[in-house]
Amino acid sequence: MTTAPVTETTDNAPPASGRGYPQLSHLDVLESEAVHIFREVAGEFERPVILFSGGKDSIVMLHLALKAFAPAPVPFSLLHVDTGHNFPEVIDYRDRTVAAHGLRLHVASVQEYIDNGRLRERPDGTRNPLQTVPLTEKIAAERFDAVFGGGRRDEEKARAKERVFSLRDEFSQWDPRRQRPELWQLYNGRHAPGEHVRVFPLSNWTELDVWQYIAREKIELPRIYYAHEREVFRRGGMWLTAGEWDGPKEGETTETRLIRYRTVGDMSCTGAVDSDAATIEQVIAEIAASRLTERGATRADDKLSEAAMEDRKREGYF
Amino acid sequence: MTTTTIDTSATSLLRFATAGSVDDGKSTLVGRLLHDSKSVLADQLEAVETASRNRGQQAPDLALLTDGLRAEREQGITIDVAYRYFATPRRRFILADTPGHVQYTRNMVTGASTAELTIILVDARNGVVEQTRRHAAVAALLRVPHIVLAVNKMDLVDHAEPVFARIAEEFTAYATQLGLPEVTAIPISALNGDNVVEPSAHMDWYGGPTVLEHLETVPVGTDPSDAPARFPVQYVIRPQTAAHPDYRGYAGQIASGVLRVGDRVSVLPSGLTSTITGIDALGRAMDVAWAPQSVTLLLADDVDISRGDLITPTAAAPTTTQDVEATVCHLHERPLKVGDRVLLKHTTRTVKAIVKDIPSRLTLEDLSQDASPGALAINDIGRVVIRTAEPLPIDAYADFRRTGSFLLMDPADGTTLTAGMAERPAS
Repeated sequence: MTTAPVTETTDNAPPASGRGYPQLSHLDVLESEAVHIFREVAGEFERPVILFSGGKDSIVMLHLALKAFAPAPVPFSLLHVDTGHNFPEVIDYRDRTVAAHGLRLHVASVQEYIDNGRLRERPDGTRNPLQTVPLTEKIAAERFDAVFGGGRRDEEKARAKERVFSLRDEFSQWDPRRQRPELWQLYNGRHAPGEHVRVFPLSNWTELDVWQYIAREKIELPRIYYAHEREVFRRGGMWLTAGEWDGPKEGETTETRLIRYRTVGDMSCTGAVDSDAATIEQVIAEIAASRLTERGATRADDKLSEAAMEDRKREGYF
Repeated sequence: MTTTTIDTSATSLLRFATAGSVDDGKSTLVGRLLHDSKSVLADQLEAVETASRNRGQQAPDLALLTDGLRAEREQGITIDVAYRYFATPRRRFILADTPGHVQYTRNMVTGASTAELTIILVDARNGVVEQTRRHAAVAALLRVPHIVLAVNKMDLVDHAEPVFARIAEEFTAYATQLGLPEVTAIPISALNGDNVVEPSAHMDWYGGPTVLEHLETVPVGTDPSDAPARFPVQYVIRPQTAAHPDYRGYAGQIASGVLRVGDRVSVLPSGLTSTITGIDALGRAMDVAWAPQSVTLLLADDVDISRGDLITPTAAAPTTTQDVEATVCHLHERPLKVGDRVLLKHTTRTVKAIVKDIPSRLTLEDLSQDASPGALAINDIGRVVIRTAEPLPIDAYADFRRTGSFLLMDPADGTTLTAGMAERPAS
């Protein structure tokens, strides 16, 4: 056959290279690479699970997994660490997604740990750091040997050093000095019983890549990612959603503002940004022009100390 | 709302690596590239400014942008490769930032394994030194397609053209000797930002691109039609559902070349042959696909194929062998010795193997061969002969970066020991 190659997998027809095979766009390259990682895990591990929060990164992860194994179902179950302070829109999205794809959902509940006394509420009310124990105990109880996370290396400086396959010991701990060098596309998933591997198929994506991919693939997101009016109050320089999770406190006043969320997490520490971006095109334009990183704009817990993320990762957090 | 927009349409992706010791100004160059391409956002810069102030420094220390971990800051150690991301309207960049520390070889090998371009930094006052030769040798060994020689600290040699010309000439001669394909030499001052993102006002004699311009325009990717197709099977997709009762697809990422419906293919190591009847490119049926696309292949015959097999055009299949000769870089504190039993991971296949011989060790300083060292220590580069328990369809790394590379792992705890690049069979 001498017919011209089909160009429909590429975004816009980027400059052709060589004898007529178009250069793949950066999104095509990142997509191929992520799919490769999913299939490596399916081939090498016994009990993988996808961490699914209902946030955009985990939604993109699931979308990639669906494509990687089509027309067969995704050979992984999902795991949600439920802080008890989730946005109702996100829980609704989670449950609809699980049902639509016939997936199995595991839930590790922070509220349950607090109710039975195994965890204690922090004075600042933030529940993000409390996720680690339910997460790691669930991994051990279900004997998961590979746990997919939506973490990206552009998010935080500790993550810039993390591998695609990140070995965790039996306590789920990350030791940056014991990381395996990662060469070519040869991922080493060998691990001892009790150990597991955290896998990050979106390692090489940036926030903007994720949004562009969502636009290209027309992926539905929870509505809180788009501009809407909401009752919020100011704490620690951020707009937090008022709710039953003990916010606002005395002295904090709520007001109705036009906002949206850049990340989805625990309501007690995920801040909203003022925004009128109601469509995905407007969101992309807003992010491309933003002078703040995603985490800098919206995460209170990363500001706890200079190495907050690294310290939590060492303990087993994602 | 601000009206600043960047072009968010399809762009290409360049993976590149940096090499150079701390004294050469590598951190400053990386910081400068990120800062001047406006890839450092306000909150990150604020964090660097605060940290610099806390250390009693007057100006923000851009090197702190790349020093991430508590252990690194507290102990002044640097933990191998970090990955940095930045974008311009023309291209996306992934930078494998390798620290210029004692452990340079293994770090540089790791960074260079996925890089299409390496920036080698030299100090204009010192010119080509031993370390420069080492970096060039590693880049040549790893077959990095493009090399940039960044002659830094031009401000300290009065921006003098003859200084730059002499260094560029000496390096190019050395690179030619190593078989490096292409060298672009750029005179810069990372500290002042000359020729990094903006053209220098002090070096009118230089008519070439700035570092960033070159990164934006260097051709990426290879022509897929230059090499025969290689398709390591990762996973067999068998839905066995009512809608797809007989679907049997071989999932994988095309490692090189082009695959078309109708191609006659062989499955290695078994040698069975069949014909491609369908290519499923992530849910879309295609007539043709090429590297590095992840696809699923459908074949005419119901042959026995599983993870670890290689599908390749029958007319251009590699030979299979149980005797692998390779150049390796040893990555672990535990030395690699003759007689060691290891696991060898090649594409999607992991097999038992034994180290039969270590005929030589490379002395990077002068590229001489040290005969029969018996063992390789961490950071050593040497030649090894390996016997595998099963035949492997392994290519020469010089021709196929992906199907010519492998890892050696410790069978006891899975530790990654060694990175290997297969050589062409001697005959």
